[in-house]
Amino acid sequence: MEYFIQQLINGISVGSIYALIALGYTMVYGIIKLINFAHGDVFMVGSFIGLYSAKYLANAGLPPIVVLLLSLIISMTISALLGISIERLAYKPLRKSTRIAALITAIGVSFLLEYTGVLILGPQAKGFPDIMDKKQYHLFGSSIQVESNQIMILLTTIILMLVLQYIVRYTKTGKAMRAVSFDVEAARLMGINVDRTISATFAIGSALAAAAGVIFGMTYNSVDPLMGVMPGLKAFVAAVLGGIGSIPGALVGGLLLGTVETEISSLGFSSWRDGVAFAVLILILIFKPSGLFGKNVREKV
Amino acid sequence: MTKINKKFWLGILVALAFYGFVKVLLTTGILSDVNQSMLLLIGVNIMLAVSLNLITGITGQFSIGHAGFMSVGAYTSAILTLDYNVPFIPAILAGGLLAAVFGVLIGMPTLRLNGDYLAIATLGFGEIIRIIMLNTEYVGGASGLSGIPAKTTWTMLFFFTLISVVLINNFIRSTHGRACIAIRENEIAAEAMGINTTRYKIIAFTIGALFAGMAGGLSAHTFYVITPGSFNFLKSFEIIVMVVLGGLGSTAGSIVGAVFVTLLYTYLREFPEWRMIIYSIVLILMMIFRPSGLLGVSKFSLGKFGKKEAKANDAIKSSGTP
Repeated sequence: MEYFIQQLINGISVGSIYALIALGYTMVYGIIKLINFAHGDVFMVGSFIGLYSAKYLANAGLPPIVVLLLSLIISMTISALLGISIERLAYKPLRKSTRIAALITAIGVSFLLEYTGVLILGPQAKGFPDIMDKKQYHLFGSSIQVESNQIMILLTTIILMLVLQYIVRYTKTGKAMRAVSFDVEAARLMGINVDRTISATFAIGSALAAAAGVIFGMTYNSVDPLMGVMPGLKAFVAAVLGGIGSIPGALVGGLLLGTVETEISSLGFSSWRDGVAFAVLILILIFKPSGLFGKNVREKV
Repeated sequence: MTKINKKFWLGILVALAFYGFVKVLLTTGILSDVNQSMLLLIGVNIMLAVSLNLITGITGQFSIGHAGFMSVGAYTSAILTLDYNVPFIPAILAGGLLAAVFGVLIGMPTLRLNGDYLAIATLGFGEIIRIIMLNTEYVGGASGLSGIPAKTTWTMLFFFTLISVVLINNFIRSTHGRACIAIRENEIAAEAMGINTTRYKIIAFTIGALFAGMAGGLSAHTFYVITPGSFNFLKSFEIIVMVVLGGLGSTAGSIVGAVFVTLLYTYLREFPEWRMIIYSIVLILMMIFRPSGLLGVSKFSLGKFGKKEAKANDAIKSSGTP
């Protein structure tokens, strides 16, 4: 039982990374119906920016918590700008063309980011600096361990989710985002600046992916230019699991996927992990095609 | 009818002339090894692109799992020739047939999904097939199978490619092909016209998988080695890119797309560090400036006149006569 709970805790910390990336997928899909395959690579870029800013700030002799917060903020800001420029340069010209053309462009952008990364940074993995000292706590005096890192990850995820929920629920941009995702034309008629809203969506999504990237670096201590591919795909699976377009769905999907994966690995089937993730996806799609939290859209003639 | 027939025989004639021309080049040894393997790769890619075009371009079912079918065919035929000494042609056909069985199996449950959801499900299936291969010791696990006899010759490859192109193209022109196009244009209307949409979608998936499997077998017998990693979703994307670059829904377009992508890939090999960057920039620019593909015929769809229709025709709407 304790072993199970231990794995659950580990699963939640992996899952929060997926959840943060999944949010970006879900928001972009909800608004322009594009599977943004480049999102996983924005996560990679965010991780590298986090790495370099953390190194620089730690050398400047700042206290660890300031280093962490500042590198998170720097990474999120630059990645948000990156997200906006990707949208402006690559996706905006395609808004009127077919879905498949947009998808191929997204794949192209993904390759572009990955291999520009390889060109500039080299293909080898780089070590991520230890920003915070790792401490281990025992839960209620039992043998269940919680690392300080895991607590920090969960805290960051929860705080970012709350901020996102606030933005989407109560700010003008958030309301505009919901309106655009409901009906682009009607939103435009109501005087909403659709282009700006889409840019804002990309900015927020990319910032969340960047935060996930920094957290990922701190957890696994190693980052490389191609690292965005698998987590990106998994996060996408998580977004679909939860019901694409739904923000709580992305959170639940991410946590669920993370937990299932960790449990599978802990049972000794770690090489089947990715397969199980996709099998879960297909089962969900077959029995509940719109995902766990998705709205069922009727076909209209 | 006679006009089409004339065109058909002319096409065959041109293809045969090309075959003879290359054969002469091969026997006289003018063609280098690099060019020869590129030629074989082009043939395999044409089969893959044309078969995916039937699923995605003609029937409008967006599938990102084509590499999965390819790997089933490749592994089956490689095991048959390696372990059971089955002759080359039956082995390739068996690989294709098993892939077709997978096409049915995958088609049945997932075809209730449409648009992006189908795409994701097929992506998942492709990856599951890859992971099963990765974890099965019998087929070599992560290191894959090696020492596969290189039995794919230019003659073999040419006739396999020609036959698959002709068969698929004839299917597209038949009543059944028209039914598939109707499904692409508007599934609900097609259903209302009495077309059994599920049946035709499964047929399209099965035929597509059959030829993808044979292409996989041919490629396995060209390059000695197959690993699960060479059939991942990036390979599926590559096939989609060929189809889309050539022009969705057009067989000639798929062939041009396959040739173009293969040439691009091969010649960019001289700039290894820039290869993928140039490739991705070409993709993005192509999609922005010519989203209908190289041979894309200007499309006729109601989507142009109103946003609502554009939304209703969800997934893929691109026509253009094959």
